[in-house]
Amino acid sequence: MTEKIGVYICHCGTNIAGVVDVQDVSRWVGKELASEGVVIARDYKFMCSSLGQELIQKDIQELGLTRVVVGACSPHLHESTFRNACKEVGLNPYLCELVSLREQDSWVHSDKNAATDKAKAIISGGVSRVIYHEELEPLKVPINPNTLVVGGGIAGIQAALEIADAGYHVYLVEREPSIGGHMAQFDKTFPTLDCSACILTPKMVQVGNHPNITLLTWSEVVNVEGYVGSFDVTVNKKARFIKTDTCTGCGICWEKCPKKVVDEVFEVGMANRKAIYTPFPQAVPKYPVIDAENCTYFINGKCKACEKFCPTGAIDFNQKDEEVIIKVGNIIIATGYDLFDAKRIPQYGCGRYDNVYTSLEFERLSNAAGPTGGNIILKDGKTIPKSVGIVHCVGSRDQNYNEYCSSICCMQSLKFAHLVHERTGAEVYNFYIDIRTPGKGYEEFYNRLLEERTNFVRGKVAEISSFARIPEEEGKLIIQVEDTLISKQRRIPVDMVILSSGLQSRSDAKEVAKMFGISCSAENWYIERHPKLDPIATMTEGIYIAGCAQGPKDIPASVAQGAAAAARVMGKIQQKEISLEPIRATINEEQCSGCRICNDICPFNAILYHEDKMTSEINPALCQGCGTCVAACPAGAISGTGFSNEQVLSQIEGLLLLKSLENEYSYSGD
Amino acid sequence: MKSYAYYPGCSLESLGKNYHISAMEVASKLGLDLQEISDWNCCGATAYYPIDELLAYTLSARNLAIAEQTGLIDFVAPCSACYKNAYSTNKLLKSDPELAEHINYALEADNLKITGSMNVRHLIEVFLEDVGLEEIKHKAIKPLKDIKVAPYYGCQMIRPRKGDENVENPMFFEELISAIGATPIDFSSKTRCCGGSLIITNRSAALDMVSKLLQDATSNNADVIATTCPMCNVNLELYQRQVNHEFGTNYSIPVMYFTQLMGFALGSTEKALKIPRDFFSKISLNIGMEPS
Repeated sequence: MTEKIGVYICHCGTNIAGVVDVQDVSRWVGKELASEGVVIARDYKFMCSSLGQELIQKDIQELGLTRVVVGACSPHLHESTFRNACKEVGLNPYLCELVSLREQDSWVHSDKNAATDKAKAIISGGVSRVIYHEELEPLKVPINPNTLVVGGGIAGIQAALEIADAGYHVYLVEREPSIGGHMAQFDKTFPTLDCSACILTPKMVQVGNHPNITLLTWSEVVNVEGYVGSFDVTVNKKARFIKTDTCTGCGICWEKCPKKVVDEVFEVGMANRKAIYTPFPQAVPKYPVIDAENCTYFINGKCKACEKFCPTGAIDFNQKDEEVIIKVGNIIIATGYDLFDAKRIPQYGCGRYDNVYTSLEFERLSNAAGPTGGNIILKDGKTIPKSVGIVHCVGSRDQNYNEYCSSICCMQSLKFAHLVHERTGAEVYNFYIDIRTPGKGYEEFYNRLLEERTNFVRGKVAEISSFARIPEEEGKLIIQVEDTLISKQRRIPVDMVILSSGLQSRSDAKEVAKMFGISCSAENWYIERHPKLDPIATMTEGIYIAGCAQGPKDIPASVAQGAAAAARVMGKIQQKEISLEPIRATINEEQCSGCRICNDICPFNAILYHEDKMTSEINPALCQGCGTCVAACPAGAISGTGFSNEQVLSQIEGLLLLKSLENEYSYSGD
Repeated sequence: MKSYAYYPGCSLESLGKNYHISAMEVASKLGLDLQEISDWNCCGATAYYPIDELLAYTLSARNLAIAEQTGLIDFVAPCSACYKNAYSTNKLLKSDPELAEHINYALEADNLKITGSMNVRHLIEVFLEDVGLEEIKHKAIKPLKDIKVAPYYGCQMIRPRKGDENVENPMFFEELISAIGATPIDFSSKTRCCGGSLIITNRSAALDMVSKLLQDATSNNADVIATTCPMCNVNLELYQRQVNHEFGTNYSIPVMYFTQLMGFALGSTEKALKIPRDFFSKISLNIGMEPS
């Protein structure tokens, strides 16, 4: 045996030592695995402490260790700690193997003897495996200092501005004609009730004027290639039919346009826009777009009113969609959310009864720039409601729709209650399951609403109908609810109902995730690298997430995450080049049959197919070393560094060593 | 002509006889062959399940097993309770092999075996899916113009969920009513329970339920309530006088099976549909037709 192996067992305080007899494990390893090349086995209270690391380093230097096995916590936590310790004294870090004695043994077992035996077995597996480890060198790639931000809502705007202000270039891609996102549709923001547009539009203007930001609105990312530091992103710039270099945004075109279209996006169907339009007066950029589907000229070849009246000749009916390729080093995805479609709960009457509104519809109704100029009135256009019911948790916390809490609806509903009360003096009923106001100043806002004498009814609304059973209910919307605080069924007649619809992931979230090579939860929210310690990065290097694309959150949280993503990207850019883990898969071209099974299953889009050679090849910078392709290749043509057949099989043999030793003993005992 | 294994159920032999007769009449008008399965038994209705689930499933299973022997594909029930029981049994025994074994052990006594191969359907489903609205519209030679119909689905017909159909606000009954030329009213209580067999065990509770249905239908100016289930039909029709007595109301609204309305539009006589005389004149008066 040429290798000299050191084995180090960590107590992790009582985390491991409380269940596993660490001294026994250490003694056993020193004795029974000496034949495998173990020259020293020690246990220590905290291996990850600097004293613990020094212990290993001293042995490497004095005993000339060529391999190190540490039995401690999960590699997720301290693999890099111990590898760096080895590296500092000249041992290639990939010759150090971390065995998870805590997460995979002591934390999940209570039987001390069995846990101790298991510790011996998995350490033995680690020892057998580490013999076959190779010296690996990390891959270094340069980082393109440009960044792509996808989505121009508040999270994307914040991220773009932070990076641009730091002096780096940002491409901000937005699907709609203007940036601003959902926040631009809101009237007031909770809990301070400051006007949404007043705090948002200065930031939008900053984005529009920033020398370091290339703003691509009315555009969508259609393809992503490359890897961290060097992405090639294809963006489809939809035809705007406006020459942006000559358009001044004066607005004569949309004034003169004779075609009215119901605005289903910004005004959520509550008002009309023209066929040539900007979604709202403060839109950034100021240039309109022509909606070719509804434009009279595109439909029957006549009209061109906009062209006739445009003072600068900026209308161009011949524009075509245009694809541009942009090169960036990092990507921030801030694509936001869709509102839960309340029509999916037919018993709530959304779409059937005129005066049942969704939360976004009510935002427009109460917005001074909205269809009624901020007057909260019924659909008849004149009557001020005398009573309004606000239903919480519509489509959220409901096993039939979305199980999760949408987190913003309670505060949003309280805000609505306040606005209704303030502007109409109506009696307001909030129907809630639980009131959830965890945020700075949020609970205080709830208290304020209680003082304003808003009625709070605890119970999930069963039905909203127009079926009057008593004369007082005639002409009203009747809310049927079980008031669980007084254990009674109640029927509450109101003039208007607001359904506080929950948030859900974008309808195309899954396709977008696939395009960028990131993963989605079951509800199609994007998955962060770590739910607590890294809620910003994804498992794909160089791709970050911010705002509601990651999960429901309010404006302050979206802004914080946008800024945090920007900080992470700037940190990456500062490094100028980055080292990539050398744990990679490679394809043996001789053995590859070109079946392409690996091409589709690779979660990181790292495998390319060469039509000419009829073989596949793995891009080492893109590969994350997950091993999926290695297992799937029917020809066995793919091997993963760090996960070679030899390494895995010898690890299994090592695992079984204890069992075979026991058998030997029992035979000798007979 | 497409054939179906037809399971009328007990109610259609007595109080719901007019449902059975009108169903047969409409089926023949639409070119469907409803073949009544032989030697069928009661499905257990709603009463048997709380007492002995296994035996209740076995009752429905026996009918299904008999139907399987016919070689036909569809098991059609006009009664919502029969339909619900047959559908649930058929579905459950496929996902629960232990239950299937128990049931088959019981059926052995009768030399029967169930595999769960039947496609269990309510009669209205067959008309809508296999004939189709277009065809029904085409064949409705006497469209029921100006008749306002309350489409009463009841609670059992739509509650064994088959897929992601809209169970809170279904619209297929309305579509059928429109196809025969009548006008469906906006009937928000359309899927509420009529009280079912509660009318026997807790009369006042059931009468309250019936009264709310009658109120919703009449306040929306329905001329007639259309039903898809003999139990619903009995509760809504026969207990109107009791409701009036109990609540001081004076409801007097006709209640008809959807098959009777359909048959009428398809040109069948009132005799063939078992529609009572006074009933008929009321309707014909409204639509300006002479009694034939």
